[in-house]
Amino acid sequence: MMTSFPPGLMLILAGLLLPFLHGTSRSIALLFFPALTLALIWFLPDDALLQLPFLQYELTLLQVDNLSRLFALVFALMALAGGAFALKQKNTFELAAAFVYAGGAISVTFSGDLISLFIFWEIMAIASTLVVLCGGPSAHNAALRYAAIHFLGGVLLMAGIAGEISASGNIALTQLSNGEFTFSRYLLLAGLLINAGAPPLSAWLPDSYPKASWTGMIFLSAFTTKTAVYVLMRTFPGTEILLYLGLFMVFYGIIYAILENDMRRLLAYSIISQVGFMVCAVGIGSDKALNGVAAHAFAHIIYKALLLMSAGSVIYMTGKSKFTELGGLFRSMPVTTFCAIVGALSIAAFPLTSGFVSKTIIAKAAADEHLMLVWFMLEAASAGTCFYVGFKFPWFVFFHKDAGLRPVDPPINMQISMIFMAVACILIGLFPSALYAMLPFSIDYVPYTGAHIVFQAQLMIFAGLAFFLMLVWVGKTNTITLDFDWVYRKIGFQWVLNFNDFLTVTWRQIVAGFSGGVQKVVAKIYRYSGPDGLLARPWETGVMAFWTTFLLAAYLLIYYYIK
Amino acid sequence: MKDKELAQSNMIKRLMWGLLVLAVLSVVADFFVYHKSHFGIDGTPGFGAWYAFLSCVLFAVIAVLLGIILKQPETYYDD
Repeated sequence: MMTSFPPGLMLILAGLLLPFLHGTSRSIALLFFPALTLALIWFLPDDALLQLPFLQYELTLLQVDNLSRLFALVFALMALAGGAFALKQKNTFELAAAFVYAGGAISVTFSGDLISLFIFWEIMAIASTLVVLCGGPSAHNAALRYAAIHFLGGVLLMAGIAGEISASGNIALTQLSNGEFTFSRYLLLAGLLINAGAPPLSAWLPDSYPKASWTGMIFLSAFTTKTAVYVLMRTFPGTEILLYLGLFMVFYGIIYAILENDMRRLLAYSIISQVGFMVCAVGIGSDKALNGVAAHAFAHIIYKALLLMSAGSVIYMTGKSKFTELGGLFRSMPVTTFCAIVGALSIAAFPLTSGFVSKTIIAKAAADEHLMLVWFMLEAASAGTCFYVGFKFPWFVFFHKDAGLRPVDPPINMQISMIFMAVACILIGLFPSALYAMLPFSIDYVPYTGAHIVFQAQLMIFAGLAFFLMLVWVGKTNTITLDFDWVYRKIGFQWVLNFNDFLTVTWRQIVAGFSGGVQKVVAKIYRYSGPDGLLARPWETGVMAFWTTFLLAAYLLIYYYIK
Repeated sequence: MKDKELAQSNMIKRLMWGLLVLAVLSVVADFFVYHKSHFGIDGTPGFGAWYAFLSCVLFAVIAVLLGIILKQPETYYDD
């Protein structure tokens, strides 16, 4: 065994160093540290191990296998591409938080036990909240809501972990779906699912991510949901409920993306939909399905980052992100348009792109398990994906009605990052065997068959026909779409307001009652002891003499009787 | 503005024609490839075409219907 320095910790430390750097040194750090982390992960020996004693336990901060290495690699790649894209981001604090966030995600994938997993999980929650917060004043409320949901997820996870450890005495991160489903395992699963964006608390994602800055959302899109998918793969493969939750997420994401008017909110719903594919495949649980999850997570992080980079470029150059305010940008932003289309084709699983060789493994796994309904639903969802992001996103932003905007392509570093990610999408699509070699299980999947190429091309083409035929009905409108967060943003908020009113009224009554009582007492005292009160009135000499005589006589009488 | 709208409708027309040609080609091509079916119907030529089209129409219809209730003005939350 070999003791190695944990690559995730490296990126966290780099993030903490970042606020002290300026100008060129900051730019160098933004590229150097993710690249170094990437190299560390790439050259990490298979038997690398780092353990630390903690209370009576032995924490495993670093444990490597194919699955953890694959996720860590794509996380580090994401940090590198994101760093390069964000060189012009003035807010260093956001980038520092993003690096800590990425480092936390990498550390989660290398954690060998539940306690270190939880520690890095919460580091991610805090750092990602800060990334959202850096979106400016309009992001503050959303960041607080984001933090509240994620801390709730953290509490559920912690309770589940504590229950699991007290029941088994074992802190190792192992498969939990093969034994009895105890209450603490349900808690653990719930904590993981909140981060995956599963219902009912999925609205945190489209609520918060699009409020982040033009660079912030690129980082946010990669880590939280995918670490949740990774841990689900480790702990709950083959859990049936994940199959249904995943399918729900797939369709929920599609429907809301069709209704959406903000391009980044559309991409946020698309994250939920795509993560739904992965959660569903974790529910299938076969080796092929889990390979599909790993491959699709890898491909998804890259093409989603690419789509968000093109959206970020549009926001950086125009300051706008609504479909109703955009359109016709292809004339002046050809590079961005091209990259967005590559991203859109990839997510639509078009032949020669990364989605074609990754997403389709999941559908094949469902077919191999004879899950007919699941297969038909996943293929329908693939067509829907072509519809809402393959066509809707590029069409309304870069084509459609000319909005009269003439922004040029973004600065060169942003263009290079986008081209880098676009090339990655195509390379994965052209040479899937390199990706397949890194998957957790051996795989005998051949994506490029005639029938499969034609099938995926048909999905894309006919989704396009449907889109343009129905353009009038699914066109852009200047609206938002109510989601589950309505419950806590509207009803919950109204309850808080009502409760506040109730408290205010009750308090006023208490105060009024109390002060009324005090006033009565004071008035009484005043009546007897005030200037004209009975007890404070100056007494006449005759009265005094009378009372003195009376008291003396009384004293005499009492003395006489006692004697 | 008129020119822009004209250019826009021309672009959609050209795109539609292009997509139609591709659509026909993809369905024709489907008769010349070897199909390995899992559930029967999925191995028939043109299955991807009509299934994708109907799925998308269904999604759009559901979205439009839900939109009647769920779509609200942007100032709805006002925060």
